[in-house]
Amino acid sequence: MTDNENNQQANTTSTRRAFLKNSGITFGGIVIGGTIGGLLGNVKEEPTEQPAPAPVAEVANPNVALMFFTPDEYQTTNAAVERIFPEDENGPGAMELNAAIYIDHQLASQWGVNAKDYRLGPFYKPEPTQGEQIKLLRQDLFRLGLKRLDNYSSENYEKQFLDLEAEEQDGVLAAFEEGKAGSISGVSTTEFFKLLRQLTLEGVYADPMYGGNKEMLGWEMRKYPGTRMGYINEIQKKDFVELEPNSLQSHMGHS
Amino acid sequence: MATKLPKEPVVVIGMGWAGGIIASELTKAGIKVVGLERGKERKMSDYLMVHDELRFQHREELMQDLSKETVTHRNNSKMRALPMRQYGTFIVGDGLGGAGSHWNGQTYRFLPYDFEIKTMTEERYGKNKIKADYPLQNWGITYDELEPYYDTFEKMSGISGETVELYGRRSNPYPTKPMLKTPVLEEFEKAAKKLGYKPYMMPSANLSENYENPDGIARAACQYCAYCENFGCEYGAKADPVVTVLPVAQETGNLDLRTHANVTQILNDGTKATGVIYVDTLTGEEFEQPAEVVVVASYVFNNARLLLNSGLGKPYNPADGTGVIGKNYCYQVSSGYSTLFYNDREFNLYAGAGALGIEIPEFTGDNFDHTNENFIHGAGIRSTQYGNRPIANNNVPIGTPSWGKEFKEQSIKYTNSILQVKSQGASMPHRQNYIDLDPAYKDAYGMPLLRITYDYTEQDKELVKYMAKVTKSIAEEMGPDHIDTVGEQAPFNVNVDTNTHNTGGVIMGAEPETSAINSYQQMWDAENVFVVGASAFPHNSCFNPTGTLGALSYRAAEGIETYLKQGGSLV
Ligand SMILES: Cc1cc2nc3c(=O)[nH]c(=O)nc-3n(C[C@H](O)[C@H](O)[C@H](O)COP(=O)(O)OP(=O)(O)OC[C@H]3O[C@@H](n4cnc5c(N)ncnc54)[C@H](O)[C@@H]3O)c2cc1C
Ligand code: SF4
Repeated sequence: MTDNENNQQANTTSTRRAFLKNSGITFGGIVIGGTIGGLLGNVKEEPTEQPAPAPVAEVANPNVALMFFTPDEYQTTNAAVERIFPEDENGPGAMELNAAIYIDHQLASQWGVNAKDYRLGPFYKPEPTQGEQIKLLRQDLFRLGLKRLDNYSSENYEKQFLDLEAEEQDGVLAAFEEGKAGSISGVSTTEFFKLLRQLTLEGVYADPMYGGNKEMLGWEMRKYPGTRMGYINEIQKKDFVELEPNSLQSHMGHS
Repeated sequence: MATKLPKEPVVVIGMGWAGGIIASELTKAGIKVVGLERGKERKMSDYLMVHDELRFQHREELMQDLSKETVTHRNNSKMRALPMRQYGTFIVGDGLGGAGSHWNGQTYRFLPYDFEIKTMTEERYGKNKIKADYPLQNWGITYDELEPYYDTFEKMSGISGETVELYGRRSNPYPTKPMLKTPVLEEFEKAAKKLGYKPYMMPSANLSENYENPDGIARAACQYCAYCENFGCEYGAKADPVVTVLPVAQETGNLDLRTHANVTQILNDGTKATGVIYVDTLTGEEFEQPAEVVVVASYVFNNARLLLNSGLGKPYNPADGTGVIGKNYCYQVSSGYSTLFYNDREFNLYAGAGALGIEIPEFTGDNFDHTNENFIHGAGIRSTQYGNRPIANNNVPIGTPSWGKEFKEQSIKYTNSILQVKSQGASMPHRQNYIDLDPAYKDAYGMPLLRITYDYTEQDKELVKYMAKVTKSIAEEMGPDHIDTVGEQAPFNVNVDTNTHNTGGVIMGAEPETSAINSYQQMWDAENVFVVGASAFPHNSCFNPTGTLGALSYRAAEGIETYLKQGGSLV
């Protein structure tokens, strides 16, 4: 069972990689994920040989576009979030759920520049009980972290992160988690990993208006109804009551 | 230069529960009040877009703006304190209603034991039970004296619940019936009863039924919408100053409410205050507001910080135990708990309310024998149903990786199949746990930040170990497929532990040598300054603090009225 799943995973990954290369626009010899790059999550099941038909619903969603990442950064993020929260028999992984789009939008926001954080100095190295004391803004930490992912992958596998096998990517992420992958402008790779993990879960489970949790499939997987005005009936039931998910949009127009 | 405004009878700093109650009581009595609140305006209809876990729970939309101010922390005085740069442990309120808009609404009374803890502990266990480093003291008021004020607070906010034999005498039953005993809570109830305990429904400020209070404020019943803790209530079902005391104060025409007004200093000559200085946070303009009485209701942290920054009261000195401002800072101790995993049962865990829970009284306060224990006081052992939102709740058995294939599988498998038996433990003061001004870090207005020197004590560690065992025995009786029990108290960590039940720093008592304020919350050292909030607690009990600080706020309002009528002197 486990082996079988691993194989499936490996297949999807290589299909995705192949598609990436095929679909990239060549520009002065450099392959760019370009216009179609933003749709990657949804076309991974297409056979590589054929050009992917335009997935109409996606094109119609103006939210699926980049405000912060370069297309390359977006692709690396896509690969990383999928390892944190992979596709399995429960349902789609973070890539298909647009977690990387979510992350892009968050990093472009006020939160990405730590607008509500205490930013005055001096900055000292904290004791483990004192919380983060990081001078880098979140968006810079993330961007430099992605670069470190590639550099670390090159140092150890002579490939970019995106081109590694799934198990190798897991190995790289584990090294980041343990803080054993060098440093990011003086910050431990653990901090980048924590940010990546947190953002991935948010991208999978936050309200779809933020760009992730595509079509509320993240919620559906765990039978979470999203948002309703109340559950006074359901809460008294002995048996589980499964409800269709609703997003916050359903509250618009109430007054 | 600050623009000097005309003198007013009363200025209140902070418009949360404490400030809101004072404002409402005084204005009803015909007294003019200026209410200064650093945050923004808020009304019930603002909460219609509130079912957004990311924005309100993880981005803390309703909490204070840390870019303007935060606290610094160190575990002991040998360490350098560093600022809490992003949200962690403490999520302090901001804006009209303060933390009263995003609280859960678990509304307890403290025990008779709490108010006379020193006397009662020594009477039962002898003088040596309380170790020298624990400056425990009586509160300068008894439970029976405070009872009428509890009653007033409960009627104003419509608290629901059931009378508990082991707790203090009640002059009236709760104004509303207990909340729904859901199938989830019944699991706990069955097990607890089998073990001989007497479980009761937690007292709740999420209205169990439609209710009209003595001020004529009518509110609708709770819908168990599950967006309660960290969120405002779109029904007004959760008691919040914005839907209870503040509209009453505004209705009188006697409240001059100024939002975006951040107080930086209380002007005083060492024995009396003359007014306050505040900054308009939008324009940066500075104002001086003279007043006859200054009420400090800016939450535990800023209550102590404003006094220290203004040179009011004698700062606490941990070296010799003298002084009072900053003394007996306490927290709460909740690290003993069990998580129950079921393989083939699913519960409606997406539904819930902030104060929906069930608890047993047998391990609270001195309701069990401590002769052979190395701690005093106790914990509420409880099971709650707040509504498990998906970003925050990804529980997996201990040992499961925190990401990847296995994590996803397990976290989804148990999403609707985990329950918890938790403990909320009392926190006793320790000589080395205190608050003062940070020597290095400042707020956006140039005023020193508050520095917290705090770690869990031996007493806390013993209590956690004991309570973890109790949670485990109930968990076992509930019969899940797997139980994880946590029972070791790790060092206090400013970004890991989460609880905003801070207490102390401006404590009450019977005499000025060991306390900062009397039982009317009036400063011994400055008779026209009243410092209101959980900052007044000489120790923290094993219950949520707001019921008690609400009761004390009513008493303070009475004291201020008497003071103004008498035209001076201590009440
Ligand atoms: C998530 C959460 C859940 C909670 N749940 C419960 C619960 O279930 N039961 C319970 O009993 N307690 C609970 N609490 C604690 C409870 O919210 C507080 O005890 C209570 O709200 C404190 O009331 P307060 O009026 O003292 O302070 P606050 O509500 O914090 O009000 C203080 C006000 O003063 C303002 N202020 C601060 N400094 C200044 C300044 N310098 N100038 C002008 N204005 C200023 C603030 O903006 C704020 O509005 C919870 C807290 C949190 C964070
Ligand atoms: S759970 Fe009840 S009290 Fe809490 S916000 Fe929802 S409706 Fe209001």
